[in-house]
Amino acid sequence: MLTLLNILTIQMLFYVVIFFTSQTTAIVVYTSWERHALVGTDVRLSCSFFSWKWTSPEVTFSWHYRPDRARDSIAIFHYTGGVPYVDNKGPFRDRLEFVGNPSRRDGSILIKNVDIADNGTFTCDAKNPPDIAGSPSNVRLLVFENVPVEAGVITGAIIGVVLGLLILIVAIYYLMRFLVARRVFSLSMSKHGKKGKGKEGSQQKQALAVTDPAKLKAAASEKKKQESRREKK
Amino acid sequence: MLAILLATIVLHLTDLIILFISTCANAWRTHGVTNYDLWHDCTQRNGGYHCRGTSDADWLQAVQALMVLATIFCLISFIIFLCQLFTLLKGGRFFFTAVFQVLASLFVMSGAIIYTVMSPEWKNESDGYGYAFVLAWLAFPLTLISGFIYIVLRKKE
Repeated sequence: MLTLLNILTIQMLFYVVIFFTSQTTAIVVYTSWERHALVGTDVRLSCSFFSWKWTSPEVTFSWHYRPDRARDSIAIFHYTGGVPYVDNKGPFRDRLEFVGNPSRRDGSILIKNVDIADNGTFTCDAKNPPDIAGSPSNVRLLVFENVPVEAGVITGAIIGVVLGLLILIVAIYYLMRFLVARRVFSLSMSKHGKKGKGKEGSQQKQALAVTDPAKLKAAASEKKKQESRREKK
Repeated sequence: MLAILLATIVLHLTDLIILFISTCANAWRTHGVTNYDLWHDCTQRNGGYHCRGTSDADWLQAVQALMVLATIFCLISFIIFLCQLFTLLKGGRFFFTAVFQVLASLFVMSGAIIYTVMSPEWKNESDGYGYAFVLAWLAFPLTLISGFIYIVLRKKE
């Protein structure tokens, strides 16, 4: 009995199956947006991709480089047929190394000993046959003489540390008062059971002298005097 | 007695307002129509302001942090003063208030000193220190005096 709902459900399933089997959506290439580096350090430019198909053995990665003020980009790296080909004539000769793992979809390269002249845009293009339609991704390399501290890092750190110390000191102060008050309470309870009221007065006198004297001293000394007078009677 | 209390409160509020203005106004150093520090470098051009962020110098960030902390501590000391006004025993001193107020004055002093020592050299006569810098140096002795008043002040019924 084919009701309207049944027909619609079957149609939906049909479209989903068609969508997943004849998938021709584009490959998506991922790189960082920007990389910062100090002069003389090594920089790893990472490149990965997302594709609906399994990673094919004919996967290819290619890197291009465009200096900051130039219009054209030059090819500096190509991985195809399972073999990486590194540029040995351009500005990165002897400085470029392939550190990626193509079977894990990682096409990262390592540039050693960067210089100010290496400022520019690196483009990574990955192809995973039969999934080849997609746009490459750019990562900008910025090389500094000395890395500037970002605005507000030191400010936030100083403010955070001081306020944290303040809260810590207040918390410890209240914790100490609470702990000492509890010790007083437990001591007076145990002594009260064993030796009666004579010892209790002296225990309270000792413990109360330890707690915050500024606020409790006046009231406590009044209490003690009254109690000792009562006991003597 | 009431007069002393009112004078103390007025002094404390004056300190608080001075600290707020000095921290938030962007006029620690002026150069013609441009005012620099503590947060932006702003130039007045064609009736509008063109601003960009200050240099990321370490000492400038330290001054920012110290001024913000001084303002926060002055505010905390005012709140604690109002609390202690109602909860302190007769004859007690406003100890916590004094501590926070003196700490605030130390922070303002450190910030003003660091800025004075490290601020860039001037090139011509139209440069000068802005009003926010003057207020910061003014806030230091006022908060210190206020802190000492709280140390000396005793609560009477």
